[in-house]
Amino acid sequence: MPVPAIEASHVVKRYPRVTALDDVSLRIEPGEFFGLLGPNGAGKTTLISIVAGLVRASSGRVTVMGHDVVSDYRSARRCLGVVPQELVFDPFFSVRETLRIQSGYFGLTRNDDWIDEVMTNLDLGPKADANMRSLSGGMKRRVLVAQALVHRPPVIVLDEPTAGVDVELRHGLWQFVGRLNRDGHTIVLTTHYLEEAQQMCERIAMLKAGRIVAMEPTRDLLGRLAGVRLALKLRGALPTSLRALVVEETGDHFVLRVSQPAEVESVLATCRAEGCHIDDLEVGHADLEDVFLQVMSDAGEKRAA
Amino acid sequence: MKPIDRGVLAPAPRVVQLTAGTELAASLLGFRTLLYKEVLRFWKVAFQTIAAPVVTGVLYLLVFGHVLDQRVEAFAGVRYSAFLVPGLVMMSLLQNAFANSSSSLIQSKIMGNLVFVLLPPLSHLEFLGAYLLSSVLRGLVVGLGVFAVTAWFAPPPVNAPIWILVFALAGASLLGVLGIIAGIVSDKFDQLATFQNFIIMPATFLSGVFYSVHGLPPFWRAVSRCNPFFYMVDGFRYGFFARSDVDPWQSLAVVMAALLLATGIAIRMVAGGYKLRG
Repeated sequence: MPVPAIEASHVVKRYPRVTALDDVSLRIEPGEFFGLLGPNGAGKTTLISIVAGLVRASSGRVTVMGHDVVSDYRSARRCLGVVPQELVFDPFFSVRETLRIQSGYFGLTRNDDWIDEVMTNLDLGPKADANMRSLSGGMKRRVLVAQALVHRPPVIVLDEPTAGVDVELRHGLWQFVGRLNRDGHTIVLTTHYLEEAQQMCERIAMLKAGRIVAMEPTRDLLGRLAGVRLALKLRGALPTSLRALVVEETGDHFVLRVSQPAEVESVLATCRAEGCHIDDLEVGHADLEDVFLQVMSDAGEKRAA
Repeated sequence: MKPIDRGVLAPAPRVVQLTAGTELAASLLGFRTLLYKEVLRFWKVAFQTIAAPVVTGVLYLLVFGHVLDQRVEAFAGVRYSAFLVPGLVMMSLLQNAFANSSSSLIQSKIMGNLVFVLLPPLSHLEFLGAYLLSSVLRGLVVGLGVFAVTAWFAPPPVNAPIWILVFALAGASLLGVLGIIAGIVSDKFDQLATFQNFIIMPATFLSGVFYSVHGLPPFWRAVSRCNPFFYMVDGFRYGFFARSDVDPWQSLAVVMAALLLATGIAIRMVAGGYKLRG
């Protein structure tokens, strides 16, 4: 087996009032595109911070490309590029200065060719000599991505990189990250946008209250909820024979799940026969959001039980 | 949305190459870069970080010198203004060494950009060393600036330059380290201001910058002797006048002891990640 890009074993992080991570173990293979999902406060950023050495675990062990993040932190950190969630920057410097300085921290000299290449790829070229303060939010986000790449790390962690980012940048960023992944970089992503995770990630771990509640290839997760999702807006009551199919209900909006497209027809026929008028109708496949909600509510029930 | 295609990136390396050669060279470069960044940080705003304290120092000299020149004689045969110069130089040097590391750290903590220094493979000693050296440098530059201007008004004699240098370096180092500690401990600007206004300022003002403690009543003379800042100013002044309230070796011993203690505390804090690595 190859050396895992990231391996966490039995990681616990306790704060005085809360346990942020409760015995988390996972193994991310080199070259993987891995998603870390979970509601706010689930422990995603804490886990990433422990991998990056920004936070120390209360117990457990984490390695990056086989290097322990505590005892062999120099090697571990050289293998890791982190794009932090917050839009942070140093107001004293220009974009190029920022990248050169970051490069120097990692012990790299004569790195300008690579810095130029990264800037070109992120469309930062025209802003190279602009002060960080003068950049728009989107541009600052790109500089954060560039900073994480100056030392060509084999493992790249992106903590909610598209939060508050406009559509065009988001699109460009995903193309760029996708290419880094095809070139062999391991990508770890946390995001609130489940659609992005569904599109980009090969494998997904879902965190809730500091525990991993699901960890599977994305298609298996989606396969858990096979079938067709049928959203209806009805005038009149839902026919009682359809009650069993309902997965979500708000007022006169109902979401039903049927196992095959052909069954959609029988649902509609039942409505018609019972004199129930359909105001609006939408047919779709189960997406990660459904799985996410399902997994989260299952985890909640398990915990309550 | 337009498709983006801009050439091919190099494939991800399995092992990160160090262009600086060995591990040692790489970590030295990391340290040097952080030092460079810290120096550049105050140099870019030199008007505020160097020129302003020099002006303040000169104002002290002009006002106190003018008022007290005819009335006070701290050292027999020495004009009060000339007596005041070394004290003012030391005070500016100490305050600016402290301001440099403390304000750099608190700004980076509050703006969140300290993460750029915490993510790279820098050891705690490299981290401390870079913040400390840049603070020493700022202290010395400001001290030199104040000296150059005030000495023009009231030149003091220079009797033992080596003592001047030793106390300048030791004093700047001690305040640089105290600045690091204050910067790490404080979470907000007003907490840092508490350090500055209630510890650093009183300690410098009561250190004998403006007077010789020989002229104080016995009680206050004894209190002054508990203040490490007094020894820094007194030893520094010895280098100019070859006269001091206590023996310069004794002053050096006190200052070095304080420096060792503060450095020990700072090393423990940074190595343990106190308030830096949650």
